[in-house]
Amino acid sequence: MPTRPAFSAGSAVRLAGPWAVLALVFAMLPMIFASGSALTMLSLMGIMIVFALSYNMLLGETGLLSFGHAVYYGLGGFLAVHAMNTVIHGRLPVPLFLIPLVGAFSGLLFGIIFGSVSTRRAGTAFAMISLGLGELVASSSLILRGFFGGEEGVSTDRTKLMHVFGLNFGPQIQVYYLIAGWCLICMMAMYALRRTPFGRICNAVRENAERVQFIGYSPQAVRFIAFALAGLFAGIAGALAAINFELVNSSAVGAEQSGLVLLAAYIGGIGNFIGPVIGAILVTWLEVMLSDVTDIWQLYFGLLFIGVVMFAPNGIAGLLTMHEPLWRARAFAPLLRLAATYLLALIVALPTLAAFIVLIEMIYHRSVKASEGTTIAIFHLTLDTASVLTWLAAVATLVVGFALFRRTWPIVGAAWHHAVIYAQAAGKVK
Amino acid sequence: MTAPAIELVDVYKNFGQTSIIRGVSFAVPVGERHAIIGPNGAGKSTLFNLISGRLAPSAGTVRLCGENVTGLAPYQISRRGLSRSFQVTNIFPRLSVWENVRCAVLWPLGYRYSFWRGVEGLADVRERTEAILDEIELLDRSHVPAGVLTYAEQRALEIGITIAGDARIILLDEPSAGMSAAEAARAVALIRKVSRGRTLMMIEHDMDVVFDLADRISVLVYGEIIASDVPARIKANDAVQTAYLGTAA
Repeated sequence: MPTRPAFSAGSAVRLAGPWAVLALVFAMLPMIFASGSALTMLSLMGIMIVFALSYNMLLGETGLLSFGHAVYYGLGGFLAVHAMNTVIHGRLPVPLFLIPLVGAFSGLLFGIIFGSVSTRRAGTAFAMISLGLGELVASSSLILRGFFGGEEGVSTDRTKLMHVFGLNFGPQIQVYYLIAGWCLICMMAMYALRRTPFGRICNAVRENAERVQFIGYSPQAVRFIAFALAGLFAGIAGALAAINFELVNSSAVGAEQSGLVLLAAYIGGIGNFIGPVIGAILVTWLEVMLSDVTDIWQLYFGLLFIGVVMFAPNGIAGLLTMHEPLWRARAFAPLLRLAATYLLALIVALPTLAAFIVLIEMIYHRSVKASEGTTIAIFHLTLDTASVLTWLAAVATLVVGFALFRRTWPIVGAAWHHAVIYAQAAGKVK
Repeated sequence: MTAPAIELVDVYKNFGQTSIIRGVSFAVPVGERHAIIGPNGAGKSTLFNLISGRLAPSAGTVRLCGENVTGLAPYQISRRGLSRSFQVTNIFPRLSVWENVRCAVLWPLGYRYSFWRGVEGLADVRERTEAILDEIELLDRSHVPAGVLTYAEQRALEIGITIAGDARIILLDEPSAGMSAAEAARAVALIRKVSRGRTLMMIEHDMDVVFDLADRISVLVYGEIIASDVPARIKANDAVQTAYLGTAA
């Protein structure tokens, strides 16, 4: 609040409190999710959080749509892996947990080099230049074999670096804590950055770049600094990935990786600090889980993205913050009722969704995997794709299910309306 | 003798084949409140764009306090102490009213691109933002997104952003456009207050506002200044009467 004194014991607790809680959560997570695959998943989530937040410094904060952010992630990873190998060969006294600094430096350096070109323009021109630079680096990665290691990439052994406090970083749990520590530092740094004079001007550039020029700022300089700093944090994420996989190959700088971070930030919500964090967690989870159960996981991924763009343009975080005014008006009873209607709609939607997925999988099976027989196993069912009955049942479930789902919409709408009216009345009473 | 705050020497601006500004020369001394009037399409806003760096002149020289600023970018001119408002409201619609004004005080207070210190802890920024919001009577609307303000409030915010940086020279492009008589009267009072000790140049269609505020008036017709004088003599000038005031009355 602007009219209050800037620093007081209360505001210090308000500022530091959430971070202390988050640190505790990061520390406790491996106790709840102790399996090897869960630890790997958590590590990947930590990396993706840093990467998605760095991307949102451009898209959400400064209004720059980049199609080539993986360049800084990937180059950070490559330089980190080379640095690790140099340290190992030279027996240099550098512990593993400092290697992300190499990624930070590389990301910053290439952010400065490429940013000096691409940030001269905003909007569509910037997006196109970022796409071009992404393709340039991705194709170089297959040509400059000495640095990028060709198809197989560059590998390293994270356990061969100097051991400090008896940590050899062999077990995944140690790597998880290394990633979690860096993730926390990066989150705090990027959060703090938003609340600096520069961070506020980034938002002003996003809103109205022309007006910014008349209050003393060069929008080009603002874009350039934002780009270089976003490169720095992307480089840290890339270095963390290099440590995690002990391998970096050309896919790290590629368009697919650039697309993934865009999806993560957008699905989570770009208008909000927490959005890309949610998106990074969800996208990583989906990527790992879905690719286990279906070959066409990218299709579902794309459908999710389209759904978010169409129905929740502010992302998941946007859906959550939509309820914030109701929460602040203490409309708890109507909120509970609203949540109940959401649950109802969700339950009714599930058969529709299942039928939709079954249809997609059956089409995929018949067109691509027909040689493997006509039956598929899905949702604990064994279905015969050659039987007309199966198809009819799936289509019928889809149609009837959707008709039922459609009827829950007015119920949700009424509950929402009720909550808003309640909150407005509460506001007037106060 | 001190150099004039704003000085234009033989300035031209062409868009393709069309000449919009055709050899304008004039000077506004430091501390003067100077109004530009003229019919629609005379080039008044273009003239402002040339002075503030939004457009570069096709020919001629623009000087601020004796310094040649011809062809400089708007932010370079802004840093030399010139601030301007816009005819069509030009604010940051999704930022709060508070943020709108605060963004405008940062550079002049010396914080520039600093990304190593928090903005909330800067007492001078907070005090100046609060003072400006108080002055434009929007303090109680601080936390509202600027885009949802009423039209008159947005015009006030536009002036607030313009004066926030404590610029020596202020250019106001139709500050009272679209306002009711009561709102315009409040705008005049505000402009009078904030222009004290500064050089003010304004484009205005409301003749009451012009004759009320201006020390001197220039009349721009088809890209040329046809008269530049004190209000009383502008009123009596025959050429002005035919070109502008006559048709308006």
